[in-house]
Amino acid sequence: MTMTTRALLGATALCAIGLAASAQETTLTIATVNNGDMVRMQGLTDDFTAQHPDIALEWVTLEENVLRQNVTTDIATNGGQYDVITIGTYEVPIWGKQGWLVPLNDLPAEYDVNDILPPIRAGLSVDDNLYAVPFYGESSFIMYRKDLFEAAGLTMPDAPTWDFVKEAAAKLNDADAGVYGICLRGKAGWGENVAFLTTMANSYGARWFDENWQPQFDSPEWKAAITDYLDLMNNYGPPGASSNGFNENLTLFQQGKCGMWIDATVAASFVTDPNNSTVADKVGFALAPDAGKGKRANWLWSWALAIPSSSDAPDAAKQFIEWATSKGYTELVAANEGWANVPPGTRTSLYENQEYLSAAPFAQMTIDSINAADPQQPTVDPVPYTGVQFVAIPEFQGLGTSVGQEFSAALAGEKTADEALASAQEIATQEMTSAGYIQ
Amino acid sequence: MARAVTPQRKLLNTVLAWAVALLLFFPILWTFLTSFKPEPIAVASPPQFLFFDWTVKNYVDVQNQRNYFDYFWNSVIISLGSTILGLAVAVPAAWSMAFVPGSKTRDLLMWMLSTKMMPAVGVLVPIYLIFKTLGLLDSRIGLTLILTLINLPIIVWMLYTYFKEIPGEILEAARMDGASLMSEILYVLTPMAVPGIASTFLLNVIMAWNEAFWTINLTVTDAAPLTKFISGFSSPQGLFYAKLSAASTMAIAPILIMGWFSQRQLVRGLTFGAVK
Amino acid sequence: MSTQASRSAARLMLSPAVGLLLIWMIVPLVLTLWFSFQRYNLLYPDRSGFIGLANYVNFVGTSGFLDAILNTLILVVGVLAITVVGGILIALLIDQPLWGQGIVRILVISPFFIMPPVAALIWKNMFFNPTNGLFAELFKFIGLRPFDFLGQAPLGSIILIVSWEWLPFATLILLTALQSLSSEQLEAAEMDGAPPVKRFWFIMLPHLARAITVVILIETIFLLGIFGEILVTTNGGPGNASTTLTYLVYKEALLDFDAGTAAAGGVVAVILANIVAMFLMRAVGRNLDA
Repeated sequence: MTMTTRALLGATALCAIGLAASAQETTLTIATVNNGDMVRMQGLTDDFTAQHPDIALEWVTLEENVLRQNVTTDIATNGGQYDVITIGTYEVPIWGKQGWLVPLNDLPAEYDVNDILPPIRAGLSVDDNLYAVPFYGESSFIMYRKDLFEAAGLTMPDAPTWDFVKEAAAKLNDADAGVYGICLRGKAGWGENVAFLTTMANSYGARWFDENWQPQFDSPEWKAAITDYLDLMNNYGPPGASSNGFNENLTLFQQGKCGMWIDATVAASFVTDPNNSTVADKVGFALAPDAGKGKRANWLWSWALAIPSSSDAPDAAKQFIEWATSKGYTELVAANEGWANVPPGTRTSLYENQEYLSAAPFAQMTIDSINAADPQQPTVDPVPYTGVQFVAIPEFQGLGTSVGQEFSAALAGEKTADEALASAQEIATQEMTSAGYIQ
Repeated sequence: MARAVTPQRKLLNTVLAWAVALLLFFPILWTFLTSFKPEPIAVASPPQFLFFDWTVKNYVDVQNQRNYFDYFWNSVIISLGSTILGLAVAVPAAWSMAFVPGSKTRDLLMWMLSTKMMPAVGVLVPIYLIFKTLGLLDSRIGLTLILTLINLPIIVWMLYTYFKEIPGEILEAARMDGASLMSEILYVLTPMAVPGIASTFLLNVIMAWNEAFWTINLTVTDAAPLTKFISGFSSPQGLFYAKLSAASTMAIAPILIMGWFSQRQLVRGLTFGAVK
Repeated sequence: MSTQASRSAARLMLSPAVGLLLIWMIVPLVLTLWFSFQRYNLLYPDRSGFIGLANYVNFVGTSGFLDAILNTLILVVGVLAITVVGGILIALLIDQPLWGQGIVRILVISPFFIMPPVAALIWKNMFFNPTNGLFAELFKFIGLRPFDFLGQAPLGSIILIVSWEWLPFATLILLTALQSLSSEQLEAAEMDGAPPVKRFWFIMLPHLARAITVVILIETIFLLGIFGEILVTTNGGPGNASTTLTYLVYKEALLDFDAGTAAAGGVVAVILANIVAMFLMRAVGRNLDA
């Protein structure tokens, strides 16, 4: 036996040992979005690995758009790179229908699946099969500055109308002092300005499509909604609003530059956090406005955890998502970071917990907003689709973003409301025709 | 080209040149400074330049969120690997094109360059499917291969233009002396070609380090380099300028420092035949 | 005989490089061509089959197609103009005797080492942002209302970012060329009493012609493929104001997940790029052979 052979054999033996050792350990690749709650979860995984020493976790934390594009490419080509993915209420019904997700109907009794808020659970199910469990859930509502309202002699009702919002924005606006009446999303994207504008349009009685999938951007309701939006933003909004998304507005509000801000309910814990917000003790909350047509301008969204069918470790993955969305995880966060920082909007029991209710002044308004959203019947007039601030069809990401670009161009002053709506109508008609919805 | 000028003139030149240089460098400097600020100071108005409470908290936070060194090593391995592999293929090709040109050499070169104009994103799905079939997804080997291939046209072109400047007479003389092909390459050509190869090497390392399409879309964790590292720090919730700056500084520092120290070598061969 | 041997050796040595490039070029191209005639949307795995030219019709018929071509041209030409003119000026400046030349050169080339996503993120957030960016502070300082760069001048802002990334490259190439200019020629011209502008125009510029064409050639190849910077800063908007051809292909590929139309878009982009390339190569080729 030569030296080389012996060395080779030795190396092989070592490899074999290494393999045997690693065979006991399952590695889960978890794709998440870089939101605060998700990053916090990463920091708390010692609790999980202590309970499951045989499971190792690998994290991929990405910005929302990159995450979506990487995960969708992998899932649709059956690439098998991920074991747990973070997806939203938009993807779950579409992907569930395709058979790309592992159904989660056999969750253990102690998980208490019936505790999940009904609207959220409905949004994550297809034909009564649950395909993802919510990590957190949100609606949208008005956050406003109580001190500025008082100074202006205004009182915010719990359920204001758009007319009141317009009046208040005009009174609060003081551009020279760097305070703008209202901050709203303007950055183009189906999950950015389109999410907000679709809810606003819903409350004005507009809809994306009629029952025959004909685009409705030429309706007077859309025109009224977009005109009011542009008026509000041009007169009482911050400069450069056409590039403001959720995060830009959050920063503005935390710096005390917005009188009102209509956005995700999860923002409430950030704007009331004294470490990051200069206005933490001055924020009030109210339901999203309406126009007297029976629908309010609030959405329903949830970042949920799901298991791709292409995962090679679905059982370990299931153990992980049960842990991350359990009542125990909520208590873990509460013990480590305080009750105000637990992931909101997923479980009924949280909103019956006195400790949480007293630590989170926005809790009641959050649950009321979530319950006011109806993804099955999002609009005043009947529609063939589900989803409040989106249309749950595969084409919506592209279509929504293109339409969002038009509204963003209108906000930047490149187009009038009429031109933007006409382009939106044309883009939607073209897209729906080529996708085969309409002839 | 040391021309004699008046001290006043030299002073004016100096002031102007430094102004331009600092202006171009300012975004990098600002990022570096911001990375040491507490988040609220990073967006303070008026902006704070030097007199704030310097902190390394941002770096600690970034490192706690994900292990920088995993990404760093992947970047090193992938960019060095693809450069070495690329040079191994490109040097012989460029050598023969420069010294034994055929009638179609020019066209071949131009065609090679034009392959770079294919928009990468149009071929993402086909490449993803190939990588999946070959088991190359999220592997350093796969990424090394793809970066070699996308940079190959540029480095073949760069080496070709450099080799072409080496006077052919020297080779003729060596041949007269009865030098074999191998020794011709080894003893005559190589010493003359080293600056060009060194410069090509550096340029390719820079291009591979900074490539941000394939490295983001074909990796998950195991092979993810610094471009992927940075793509999670862009728009989370709340103030993030300081953390973004820290992550950016970590991602660009290695290549920036390498570039500073090797800039003479980089510049010497970076002519693409622009100098006759 | 020696020539014979070295010729075949040359061919042998050439083959791996060319072979690899062939694979890179041919395999994806064939795949792309094949996909471009297929109905293939990642989100509709059950809908498939040959659909002729429908993907091409779909891509060319996109409402932003002509805008995208125009924007691509503006982006490429704009960046080229800024980097070539700026590069010449900076090269002329730092070629002069001055104190601290080495450090100046290091500072000037630094942007070349910055990865594009980082460059785009820094510019977008820390400079262009109309409430917290440095430009906004600057505007406020001189008593103006902050300008919304990415909303009001999206393409211009992107041109600025990309020019910043490529200015060092142009400067370096042009500086090297400038330094190779024999000083006798310049001194002779100076003796003849030619004013600086004339010396620049009639002696330096012709000498730099080759370097300029090289800069244009190399930069064009990279600029045609730019989309990361657009994705990070403006997402192609507002409207289609900063949508380029490559960005349009991205939209099809990673927003609509329509691999068929994206492939068709890729083919269209390659064809258009090659038309540009043909003009370029002809111009550059002439200059390089001379």
